[in-house]
Amino acid sequence: MAGPRAIQGPAMTDPLKLERRRRAIHGWLLLSPALAMLTVFALYPSVATFWTSLWSRGTRRNPSEFIGLENYRALLEDPTFWKVVWNNLLYAGVTIPASIAIALIMALWANSRIPARSFIRTAYFTPTVLPMIAAGNLWLFFYTPSFGILNKIGALFGAPSVNWLGQPDTALWAICIVTIWKEAGFFMVFYLAALQTIPPDLKEAAEIEGASRWTYLRRIVLPLLMPTTLFIFVNAMINSVKLIDHLFILTKGGPSDSSKLILYYIWENAFAYFDRPAAAAMTIFVLIVLGLLAAFQFLVLERRTHYQ
Amino acid sequence: MSRYIEPILAIALAILWVSPLVVAFWAAFHNVSDAINFRLSAPLTLENFRIAWDGAPWLRYFLNTFLLVTLILAGQFFLCTLAGFAFVQTRFAGRDTVFILVLLQLFILPEVLIVENYRVAASLGLLDSLMGIGAPYMASAFGMFLMRQAFKSVPRDLDEAARVEGCSTLGVLWRVYVPAARPTYLAYALVSISTHWNNFLWPLIVTNSESTRPLTVGLSLFAAPENGVDISVISAATIMVIAPLLIGFLIFQRQFVQAFLTAGVK
Repeated sequence: MAGPRAIQGPAMTDPLKLERRRRAIHGWLLLSPALAMLTVFALYPSVATFWTSLWSRGTRRNPSEFIGLENYRALLEDPTFWKVVWNNLLYAGVTIPASIAIALIMALWANSRIPARSFIRTAYFTPTVLPMIAAGNLWLFFYTPSFGILNKIGALFGAPSVNWLGQPDTALWAICIVTIWKEAGFFMVFYLAALQTIPPDLKEAAEIEGASRWTYLRRIVLPLLMPTTLFIFVNAMINSVKLIDHLFILTKGGPSDSSKLILYYIWENAFAYFDRPAAAAMTIFVLIVLGLLAAFQFLVLERRTHYQ
Repeated sequence: MSRYIEPILAIALAILWVSPLVVAFWAAFHNVSDAINFRLSAPLTLENFRIAWDGAPWLRYFLNTFLLVTLILAGQFFLCTLAGFAFVQTRFAGRDTVFILVLLQLFILPEVLIVENYRVAASLGLLDSLMGIGAPYMASAFGMFLMRQAFKSVPRDLDEAARVEGCSTLGVLWRVYVPAARPTYLAYALVSISTHWNNFLWPLIVTNSESTRPLTVGLSLFAAPENGVDISVISAATIMVIAPLLIGFLIFQRQFVQAFLTAGVK
């Protein structure tokens, strides 16, 4: 039955289809400016980074040539690289648990009936709004050997003067402390919000059951805060790659690379030693780690929260 | 007795947490030998601020940071509003794939791509310009995600009513969605401003002159050991740099905290 419908063709007249096509065109038009920017400043640089990492470092005499995975091999043989990876693992391993634990304690206090609560909240949160560069300057006062406050306090107890930033054993720890100081108050906010969604009946019920405060905290509050903790954890992981500005002020990665972190080393390779291929290979390494983190976030954590 | 322990610890921690700021503030108003010897009764002075102010073109740095933050925010609002709206419009082929790409982008930080982003900026002629500092941050995956979440809560009926009234797609966006998402815009603005006021690494790489350098880069140059300024002057400069944001934060504290929450939780 070849009626008039078949002659006109379905695509031309079906108003639903026309509408759908119109919406698709509008959708792509709306997306295009952002997609263009993302392509230029994220997608293309990611691909280009990989491409760059496959070429040798060009000098005036020897132009850059394709060397495959040679830069990666060189990287794996570079002791400084391993030193920096180890430093960064230590940095993450120290700052993440410490800032999460302190954030939780801060939130519990800031959420309880306590005198001077608004001062306490403000004090905890204030470092969040300061630049890392400024934080570095503020902490100089604590660390500098000749007049640092830490040494002043130490001297009261007869401790010897320590050059906190100037010796390999303590430099990275000094860096970690600044990061924890900066992050804890930020993470506290998320815990604070989560704590306020816990119904007060739970606490009453626990009290009637005769549960101690510690049991209530461990059995009820901590499990309920689990999604928040995971969210904070992912953020803290990202920050352990990203937060390196204070290195520029406090240690510049030294002494003898003892406080150097990966992103700082990438910067140094690219903009101080002008070895772009090495920096690119390291960047790929970081991108893979971040990609794994993203996979963890989407595959494991997203079962709880749904972006719908 | 034991019920006093926690408040005391809480306050002690709070004091510990503000102490770097308080010490720097105190040092900024005292001359350096008084500051490092902690002579609490030493006279106040504004000399450090005078030396710091004369030591670098701060006014220019302030202006650069202000313009930079405004430029980035404007770009983010524009791009993320359009993209966020596209993601809540009726489903179309390819939309979900793009969304996943955008989510992935949350993890590919502009900071990590400095090596090639520098080359991109160079080839576009954006080195040492405010646009060069700002451009990589404008198509913020985070912002698109945030705007999408905000637009999602707009009732469908409002959208359809506006279309029946004869609004175009952009008209609906402008008249219905944007006004409804006002709190999200405020939250996003506060987060964006404080992030980029404080940003350092990428601006350090892209800028090489006074006329584009933001405050953070200016401060790091000023405080560099080669420059030979003493710790009181560094403190004064630091206080100057953080003052606008800090004062803004202290006044609009509730909004700031709320903003970080909205931005983080959604």
